[in-house]
Amino acid sequence: MNHSNQFSDLLQFVFMGIQRGSIYALVAMGFNIIYNATGVINFAQGEFVVLGGLIMVSMTTMLHVPIVVAFFLSTLVVMIAGVIMERFTINPVKEPGILRLIIITIAVSILLKGIAMCIWGKDSYHMDHFSGDTPFEIFGATILPQTLWIIGILVIIVFFFILFFNHTMIGKSMRACAINRDAARLVGINDRLAVMYSFAISAGIGAIAGIIITPIIQMDYGRGALLGLKGFGAAVVGGLGNSIGAVVAGIILGVIEALGAGYISSHYMDAIALLILLIVLFLRPSGIMGSSEASRLKDF
Amino acid sequence: MLRLVNINSYYGLVHVLKNVSLHVNKGEIVTLIGANGAGKTTLLRSISGLQPVSNGTISCNKVEIANLNADKIVKRGISHVPEGRQIFRPMTVYENLELGGYLVYKSSGKKEQKKAIDEKFDMFPILRDRKKQFAGTLSGGEQQMLSIAMALMNKPSLLILDEPSMGLAPMIVKDIFRVISDLRDEKDLTVLLVEQNANAALKIADRGYVMETGKIIMEEKSEALLLNQEVKRAYLGKDKRDIWKNK
Repeated sequence: MNHSNQFSDLLQFVFMGIQRGSIYALVAMGFNIIYNATGVINFAQGEFVVLGGLIMVSMTTMLHVPIVVAFFLSTLVVMIAGVIMERFTINPVKEPGILRLIIITIAVSILLKGIAMCIWGKDSYHMDHFSGDTPFEIFGATILPQTLWIIGILVIIVFFFILFFNHTMIGKSMRACAINRDAARLVGINDRLAVMYSFAISAGIGAIAGIIITPIIQMDYGRGALLGLKGFGAAVVGGLGNSIGAVVAGIILGVIEALGAGYISSHYMDAIALLILLIVLFLRPSGIMGSSEASRLKDF
Repeated sequence: MLRLVNINSYYGLVHVLKNVSLHVNKGEIVTLIGANGAGKTTLLRSISGLQPVSNGTISCNKVEIANLNADKIVKRGISHVPEGRQIFRPMTVYENLELGGYLVYKSSGKKEQKKAIDEKFDMFPILRDRKKQFAGTLSGGEQQMLSIAMALMNKPSLLILDEPSMGLAPMIVKDIFRVISDLRDEKDLTVLLVEQNANAALKIADRGYVMETGKIIMEEKSEALLLNQEVKRAYLGKDKRDIWKNK
């Protein structure tokens, strides 16, 4: 009896970890797309997540838009916000140095946070689960339907992501820009446009992460920083620029975090994630999947 | 066809190109020779829009192209094969060619793009055998062929080649130079060629320019350059003694 209890506890933590990890994975993918296109970390990535969540909440609870429609509409709105950000703050920069662009993204993140606070105030917003919140039981562990939604949507996004970057001309042209900027320009690819697409896609993925996590964590305007930080951790642990690595690292990070919270103390949950980030940076700065081989074959 | 008048270019404060003027007529192979650091690559990069030009004019068929975005210049029929085989190494050979034909895909669709790729495979049969392989795993010569094939995907009227023989075995260099002169003869392609291997370059070229520390110091028919004492001494690897002996 005792053994089976321990097992169901473990399983419970793992489910929770996968659920959180999926969100980190999505945020990390967003970081990577922009990193590959511009070479900078977009510190406004967490803000995209918050915006996605909050817009979704407003659409479903106040405007009573059906969930499916609201899902796509919120994503679209945030994608447009991403494009606006790129066109007005990144694109006009005359000499786009790495540091300069990073500081711009920090400024945009503060700005977006401020805008979100003005519109939605400081309250947390609750949103209904996509398909009810009656948990079901697997080997003694309970699992929320929303968790399955989160995992399912992560899988779908990874699938489309691979499809997009490997089988469409526009995706290939974006990869080409990331691999060799000059060579891409010489075959006639407009690299500035590729940067804009990368912001759109990255904002869209961030928004989806926000939308699917909101029913579980309750979204407020200030959540972006921590979500962004954890996602950044996943991106670094997975090897910056390597999105498949980011997905794996995100889930590992989530699971370790949840196990730490369960077996050590939930107060240290965030500390554990950041400790892992530090350890990886000390021992293997190129990330777990970022070997020299991977950086040679650098890819989205 | 291509005419550069008094162009200047800087890397930060370093003045790399100093009032460079040059022209390439239709159907010609023109070569640019000079020592390392003379500014040859910078000159080519400024033609193809990768390097900003601070003043002077670059015109292609009488249309001003200086400081246009690189993709606009490619659309005008100028393809640049950059130095050091700049291919997309983590992608397959086929994907590389697809990207080479990115503009073809955008203007006339997938069918035309595929047709153009097949033509390149006929031109370089070795690439057809390797089409599923990652470009980074090709040999140096094959990578250079791929790089040239990618540039040809856009059916350029002017092909700019930057040191196509760099780091390749003499046999392969010979192949590549044969390909270049065939392209001119069969497809009526105009070529601007930068080479360290001045001897080989001057042999296939019609005219040559000699560049030194950011300036063009000489412009001659290739036969004349091959016989020029100064060029012989500085670029063709002939000893001073040999030159004097022959005198």
